[in-house]
Amino acid sequence: MAYSFLSRRAEIIQSIRTFFINRGYLEVDTPIRLPCLIPEAHIEPEQSSGWFLQTSPEMCMKRLLAAGHNEIFQICRCFRKNERGSRHLPEFTMLEWYRAGIDYVELMAECADLLRFVAARVDCPDRSGAALLCKADWEYLTVHRAFDLYAPVSVDQALAGDLFDEILVRDVEPKLGKGRPTFLHDYPAALGSLARLKKGDNRVAERFELYVDGLELANGFSELTEVGEQQQRFVKERALIEGQGRQPGPMPDRFLADLGELQSAAGIALGVDRLVMLLCGARSIDEVVAFTPETL
Amino acid sequence: MYTASDLRKGLKVEIDGEPYIVTDFQFSKPGKGQALYRTRLKNMVTGNAFERTFRSNDKFQRAPLEERTMQFLYSQGDEFHFMDNKTFEQIVISREQLGDNINFLIDNMEVDVLLFKERPIGVTLPNFVNLVVIKADPWAKGDTSGTDTKPVTVQTGYTLQVPPFIEEGEKLQIDTRTGQYLTRVKE
Repeated sequence: MAYSFLSRRAEIIQSIRTFFINRGYLEVDTPIRLPCLIPEAHIEPEQSSGWFLQTSPEMCMKRLLAAGHNEIFQICRCFRKNERGSRHLPEFTMLEWYRAGIDYVELMAECADLLRFVAARVDCPDRSGAALLCKADWEYLTVHRAFDLYAPVSVDQALAGDLFDEILVRDVEPKLGKGRPTFLHDYPAALGSLARLKKGDNRVAERFELYVDGLELANGFSELTEVGEQQQRFVKERALIEGQGRQPGPMPDRFLADLGELQSAAGIALGVDRLVMLLCGARSIDEVVAFTPETL
Repeated sequence: MYTASDLRKGLKVEIDGEPYIVTDFQFSKPGKGQALYRTRLKNMVTGNAFERTFRSNDKFQRAPLEERTMQFLYSQGDEFHFMDNKTFEQIVISREQLGDNINFLIDNMEVDVLLFKERPIGVTLPNFVNLVVIKADPWAKGDTSGTDTKPVTVQTGYTLQVPPFIEEGEKLQIDTRTGQYLTRVKE
């Protein structure tokens, strides 16, 4: 059956909702068409009559968080231009959640709780992905250590040679999440645009990525709440976008103003299509969506 | 001009003056990182392959390839002469470049010649070709040796396995991609 994955996909999304509702989270749905976005050098947005389709619901959700909604989650569509491959769709489904008063370490624990909950509830014929998520002892590996273990050069050498992404993709990622899920954490400070720098070690940001069986599933961090610092980072990011010959959209001024109200918090984005891939044992993202751009 | 985001399996590009075909392609993008286009490229002249990763702002020239239908005229030693039936232009392709195709090449056959900057780099034959058997052992009826094929030689000198009932002078249809016997052709 061509569409047999659809019922499993629906079960997965239903289980995610149940998990968050059980924990007292509020489900929100924010606009997907926006007049300005958080500037990101390596994400190109789709335009929509002078505005933009969201590349993630981050901006609106953090404004809600700043307004005092302390536990919120959202499952929504995001759009990123020119991203197409066996693990990428230009329109995809994202889960994001934010929680006030916690940091990235507590968020990693909650992420593991969520995925174990979903894996245990969803009926999967190929249990390999689910079995990995049900493991008790997930791996916690710093980016520094991962490069020492798997890459031919250190993190600092990779950054100096402008080869961090290439080496991460070629040498490090394929080794992650084998036998049990891996949280890759403590990213170089320059690679955590909206993340807080680590207390006691400002060379790294309190940011993590979750990998399961070589597949990147989620990205989370302790939120940066200093308005001035965030503004400076945005200015740098916009300069990078201009350097690529692209026009950065307007500065997200209301977001920056609201950021001043934000207390400590942590937030995470998880690719729902990839989670479905993992729990269906699918090799391509095409196998877990009803339609791809090519079949429309 | 192509950019990296145009890369697809089967795309033909020119790199350092040589034509390459993309034989494998994977889009990668580590979280918050830049888009990477990982490819495996095969040189269309030498057949050499290698892996290379591109970034989204990398640019390529389209490989200037042209396919023309040409007729095989004759061979002289290791040189095979073809003619474009529209322009009457003639070109020479070496035995080495033709490779296994010479097993199926007969006078007046129309083939597709692939040219890179006017230089022939490959020939595609029709998928099916009819060739006459010039040498075959007679079929011993009641042969109990258990073999269900025998070798025959066709007009080009190519030898292949066919059913035992095939005899000298018969015409066979052969698949040029696999070199295998398909059926007997009755005129």
